[in-house]
Parts: sequence; structure tokens; C-alpha cells
Amino acid sequence: MSFRARDWSSHPPLLYPDYKSTGLRGATRPLVPLPQGSTETTGPHYGAETLSPADADLTLNGRSSGEPLGERIIVTGRVTDEDDKPQAGMLIEIWQANAAGRYIHKADQHDAPLDPNFFGAGRCVTDAEGRYRFTSIKPGAYPWGNHDNAWRPAHIHLSLFGPSVATRLVTQMYFPGDPLLDLDPIFQATPAPARDRVVSTFDLATTEAGFALGYRFDIVLRGRDETPMERKP
Amino acid sequence: MSKGQTPSQTVGPFFAYGLTPEQYGYAFRSLASADLRDPATEGQEIRIVGQIFDGAGAAIPDALVEIWQADPEGRYLQPGDTGNRGFTGFGRCGTGSGAENEFAFATYKPGAVGAGQAPHICVIVFMRGLLSHLYTRIYFADESAANAQDPVLGAVDPERRATLIAEAVEPGTYRFDIHMQGERETVFFDV
Repeated sequence: MSFRARDWSSHPPLLYPDYKSTGLRGATRPLVPLPQGSTETTGPHYGAETLSPADADLTLNGRSSGEPLGERIIVTGRVTDEDDKPQAGMLIEIWQANAAGRYIHKADQHDAPLDPNFFGAGRCVTDAEGRYRFTSIKPGAYPWGNHDNAWRPAHIHLSLFGPSVATRLVTQMYFPGDPLLDLDPIFQATPAPARDRVVSTFDLATTEAGFALGYRFDIVLRGRDETPMERKP
Repeated sequence: MSKGQTPSQTVGPFFAYGLTPEQYGYAFRSLASADLRDPATEGQEIRIVGQIFDGAGAAIPDALVEIWQADPEGRYLQPGDTGNRGFTGFGRCGTGSGAENEFAFATYKPGAVGAGQAPHICVIVFMRGLLSHLYTRIYFADESAANAQDPVLGAVDPERRATLIAEAVEPGTYRFDIHMQGERETVFFDV
């Protein structure tokens, strides 16, 4: 058993001059092919039993004196592989800025207020159909130093393992219709045909009347090889 | 029908409070840490320390390193395993909390996972400025006979193999530096 290759027509390159910090950090030599063995086809598993009740509700898990400020959102979707097989029991870790575009991270120096009732990190585990759901606050855009007047579009970071270390994925979910997407070198580094896969869609069916706007974000992990090759370990 | 893979995006500079919160002093429970040891596991305890250098030779202060390894008997944790559950084989460490931007793992030396394979650890690297994560491997300098037989090491350009080999710097402590670029650029794998 092995997993299909990372599809480099879907993933951004390691060097992308418009995103300046790739210049000294992106590997320059070709990746060396590694036939998958048990090291790559196994991986850590964190099921629902490892979570705390408030982990999937970022409007609850950072409260000190009241409710966090901002637009409440519900983000939901399915985690599948390339063959549309649901990926059940998979951990999703998320982190994000608050409604003002400020992270609680100590290194974030953006002159926008922290929210004493918002921490900005959470996690959930997919159900038997691969579905996940968390509640949060819509993150704000924020400036960064990549170029003059550079702003990151609003986004939520997501981290998944999937069934093995080969299916590991860290990505960002964006919001539909954001004018900053066209100007963002991180988003633009993604091959054009794959870009819409990291943009969520507004979903009225997920939206809860009087409470929160709903967004849908499906995630596709590498599929299994249909014809496993005979491999040396 | 084939659906397209969700593209990777950079982990960015602010992952610490979400992925390694306890290491950085945030009030959020960490699921994984840099100390993989477990009271019920018997094996050779080791430390693995290192830095990640950018193309200008600076030690990167905001990278995330993940390791995945077999236990001392060469077994990977599998879903539903009942034996040896205490040692998960997975660890995480950011480079922003230690001196000199070092990462440091406390773990066990892994056993060989199959005939002909040298003991090794899978390493996954993430950082701001890295749009897609990279995989590499740690091998051990004191396993030279096994390393000479290992098929993955054997497929690497001999001049670059040393980038995959952790050296013992004191008893029980191995150093594994990662160079993103330059003459000593670490071998990264397309897994």
C-alpha cells in the first residue's frame, strides 16, 4: 500500500520570487524520489478522544470575560482523498487572527487590538463521513512586510495528517470574493488551476439564523495507489 | 473520478500557539511535544538537537520540525494498536523557544523497521517562506554498517549523504542540522 505522489501541479513551488522569504528558505535542488515504505505509510493518529469539548469552538475556548468580537462563522466541509473516499477520524488543527487581524502570537507586532476573549486556535476530528465543523470568528486581513502596502487576505490556517505522514497537509482557507486574493503572493504562488481549492464558499445551508454565517471548505488528501508497485522497503 | 489535491500553503510565522502551544508558553494544551519518552518504553534514550539554516547561514527562528519514528524495536504505532501505546513516535518542536534557535527532541533511538534498512527518523519541516512542507530523514553516524546497506541512503548522491546523518556530539546526543540552501543543502525527499 502506498499513496499517490504529491501533485506538484496543485502545490506551490519552493521558490517564488514575489513571496520574498522563499528566496533564502526554499530548497533549490530537486527533491530526491523516495519509494514509500512503512516509514511513510504510517503516521500519528489523534482521534476524538484526544480533544477537549471546547476545542472546536473558538468563540468559547478563549473567553475571559465575555464573547469575542467579530462576525461569528461556522466552517464545515468534508475531508476526502482523491478518489472521494471519506477520511474518518482525522485531526484538523486550526489557528487564525482575530477579527481585527491580530494574532495572539507574541511575535505579531501589528498595531491592531488583541481580543481578551479570543485565543484563535482550535481543533476537531472528522466523523465517519469525513465531515468536520468548527465555530469561530471571521479573521481580519492584516499587513505584512513582503512589499509596499502588502496585506494578507483573511485566512484560517489548517493542519492535517490524514492517514500517514505522506498525506500530511498544512494549508490556508480563504474567503470568497476577497479582493486581496489577487494581490497576495502566497495565494498567487498556488498554481492557477488549483487556487479555487483553497477558497471557501459561502453556504446558506450551514449558516445559522440569528447566529453565524456558514462557510464550506472541502479538503482533498492524497489518494491510495490503485496498483501498488512491488517495492523494496 | 479523481479530485484535485488541496494545495499546501505556508505554515506562516504564527503557528506556535496553535501547534506547539505549551513549548511557547501559551495556555492551550499541546497534542504533541518534543519529549517523546514514555515510562513504559524501554530503549536507548537519545537527544536530537539541531538548527535550521537559511541560504544566508542564519539559524531560522520560526520553523516547525516534526519527527515520526519507530519504537526501539522497529515498530510504528498503528491505529488500534494495543501494545506500546505510550510511545507514539511523533514529536513536534518549534525553533523559536530554545537558545540559538535550536530544536531539541528527547526520544529513543529507533529500531530498524525492516531487513536491510538502517534505523532512521522521518523529519517534516515547515516554516514561513516555505510554501510546501519538506521531508528529510535522520540516520545515525554510529550505524555505519547498516547505513551502507540502506536502500534510501544508497539512492542519494554520495556527496550529499552526509546531510542525512546525525553525528553524536556527546554520549546520547546527536546533532542534525538542516540547511535549506547552499553547498550543504540537506537532501529533501519527494515522498
